[in-house]
Amino acid sequence: MTSLVTTPYDVTAIRADFAVLSRMINGKPLVYLDNASSSHKPRQVLDAERQFVEQHYSNVHRGVHTLSQEATDAYEQARSTVAAFIGGRHDEVVFTKNVTEAINTVAYSFGNAPVGSPFHLGPGDEVCVTEMEHHSNLVPWQMLCQRTGATLRWLGLTDEGRLDLTNLDEMVNERTKLFAFTQVSNILGTENPVEVLVARAKKVGAFTLVDGAQSVPHQPVNVSTLDVDFFVFTGHKLLGPSGVGVLWGRAGLLDAMPPFMGGGSMIEVVEMASSTYAPAPDRFEAGTPVISQAVALAAACDYLTAVGLDKIQQHEIALTARLLDGLRSIEGASVLGPDTTDLRGSAVSFVIDGVHPHDVGQSLDDLGIAVRVGHHCAAPVCRRFGVPATARASSYLYNTEGDIDALLEGITQVQTFWGVR
Amino acid sequence: MYQEIILDHYRNPHHKGLRDPFDVEVHHVNPTCGDEVTVRVRVSGGVVEDVSYDGQGCSISQASTSVMTDLVIGKQVADALVTHEAFLELMQSRGQLEPDEDVLEDGIAFAGVSKYPARVKCALLGWMAWKDATAQAVAKAPQKEAL
Repeated sequence: MTSLVTTPYDVTAIRADFAVLSRMINGKPLVYLDNASSSHKPRQVLDAERQFVEQHYSNVHRGVHTLSQEATDAYEQARSTVAAFIGGRHDEVVFTKNVTEAINTVAYSFGNAPVGSPFHLGPGDEVCVTEMEHHSNLVPWQMLCQRTGATLRWLGLTDEGRLDLTNLDEMVNERTKLFAFTQVSNILGTENPVEVLVARAKKVGAFTLVDGAQSVPHQPVNVSTLDVDFFVFTGHKLLGPSGVGVLWGRAGLLDAMPPFMGGGSMIEVVEMASSTYAPAPDRFEAGTPVISQAVALAAACDYLTAVGLDKIQQHEIALTARLLDGLRSIEGASVLGPDTTDLRGSAVSFVIDGVHPHDVGQSLDDLGIAVRVGHHCAAPVCRRFGVPATARASSYLYNTEGDIDALLEGITQVQTFWGVR
Repeated sequence: MYQEIILDHYRNPHHKGLRDPFDVEVHHVNPTCGDEVTVRVRVSGGVVEDVSYDGQGCSISQASTSVMTDLVIGKQVADALVTHEAFLELMQSRGQLEPDEDVLEDGIAFAGVSKYPARVKCALLGWMAWKDATAQAVAKAPQKEAL
C-alpha cells in the first residue's frame, strides 16, 4: 500500500515522547487505539504542567504578589495559545471542565435569557441536532427544550452513516433558534459538511454550535472559516489533561449572553441584593478556574502545531485507509459509518458477527490492544443501525501501520477463539 | 476469564426465552454498555417456580444469567437469596475469594471475572434483575393468596 504521507513524518520520534507507548500489556506491547476516547500526553505537556506548578503556581486574577501575577500571565497566555490554535481571539475562549460543560454553559445561558432576548427560547421555538450526536450534544438540548417548552428536532442518518440532508430545510427552519451538530462523529467517523449546515442556519437566523471534540485534535480547524457561533472541544483528546475543555463563542455573543454559573471571578459589582457581571470570558468562568490544566492544554496545542496538523491528518488518513481495507477483507467483520477515507475521521466502529463487542474488546486486550467498546455515548446511532454496541478503533499521530496490522491480526484471532472463523 | 463453562452457557443458554405464567417481569439495562435483560419470575408457596429471560449482551452477562436460572429455579426464595448473596460476594472479591462449588456450582467459573471490575456489572446484570423481580413477586404474594 502506498503511503499518503508525502512529507517526512517521523512517527518513531513522536512515539519517543509518549512513555506509555513502550508499556507491555498482558505480556504484549501496548497497541493504543482508543484515542477518540482519550489520548496520551507527551512529556513536553507533562513537563510544561510540572514546571508551571513547581515554579509559577498560584491562584489567578486575585493577588498582587509575584506568583499570582506569573500564574495569571501563564493562564491568560494559555488562553491566547488555545484561541490561536483554532483561529479565534483571546476573549472568545472560555475554559470549562470538558465539552459537556461547555455545551451546558450555552444551553443554560440560553435558558436564562429573558423574553425579548435573542437567546430566549419558548414554545414555538425549535432546537435542531443530528442523530449522530454524542450524548453531550443531545441531552443538554433535550433538557433545555423541556425547561422552555421549545421543540427538539433532528436530522437523521443515511445507511452509509452520513447526515440525511434531504429534509434539512424542514428541520432547520425559521423557528429554529439553534442548530447544534458535531463536526466529526465519535462513533461513525463521519465528517459533516459544516459549510452546508451553517449556510442553512444563517439563512433562517439560527445560532450554530459545532462540537469539535473529534475534529480539533486531528485536523486543522479555523472557527472563522467555519463561520460558526459557538465551537467546543476538550483537552484530553488532543494530548492535554482531562479536566479542561473549551467553549469558543463569536466575539460579542458571549458578552451579550446571561451567565450560567454565578460566583467569584464572573462579577463586576456585587451588592447584597444583586450583582452585575464581567464581560466574557470571565463572565463564564465562575470560581477558581482550571489553571494548570489550561497551561498544559496550551503546551499540547504547541506540540500539535509543531508536528503540523495537516501532516497528522495525512498520517491518520493512511492508517484509516489501511484499517478499512483490512476490515473489508475479514469475513464477518463490518464497519458502521463511511467505508472510505473521504470526509472521514480516524474513528472506525466495527462489529464482528457472532461475537459481542465487549468480548471482542476483552479478547483484544489479552493481546495488548486497546479499543473502545459499547455505545460510545451515542446510543441513538447504535439503535439506528440495529446493534447493541460496537468496537471502535481510533488512531492518532503516534499510531503506526504496525498497530493497524496488529489489530487486524488480533481480530482474526478473536474470531478463531470465539469459533466464528 | 473465558472459562469453558462460561462459553458453554453462552452458546447454549439454559431456560432462555420468556415464558408464562409469571408474577413479575422486570427489564434491567447496563447504561454504560447497553446490555439488557428481561427477567420473568414466578413464585409460589415461597418457592421460585420459574425464571425465564431474554436479553442481549456479552458472553459474561448472558452466561451468568443462564447459570443464575439453574441455581435458583426450584429453590425456596430464602435459599435462592443466599445463593444470590454468595455470587454477589464472589463478584465483589476482586479475585480474592475461593468460591464454594456446593453453593455456586457452575457459578464458580466467574471467579476470574471478579478480577476485572469493568466486567463485574456484566456478570451481575441478570442476577440483579432476578432479585428485583423476586422481591416484587414476594411482595405481591399475600395479595395473590388472598384472592
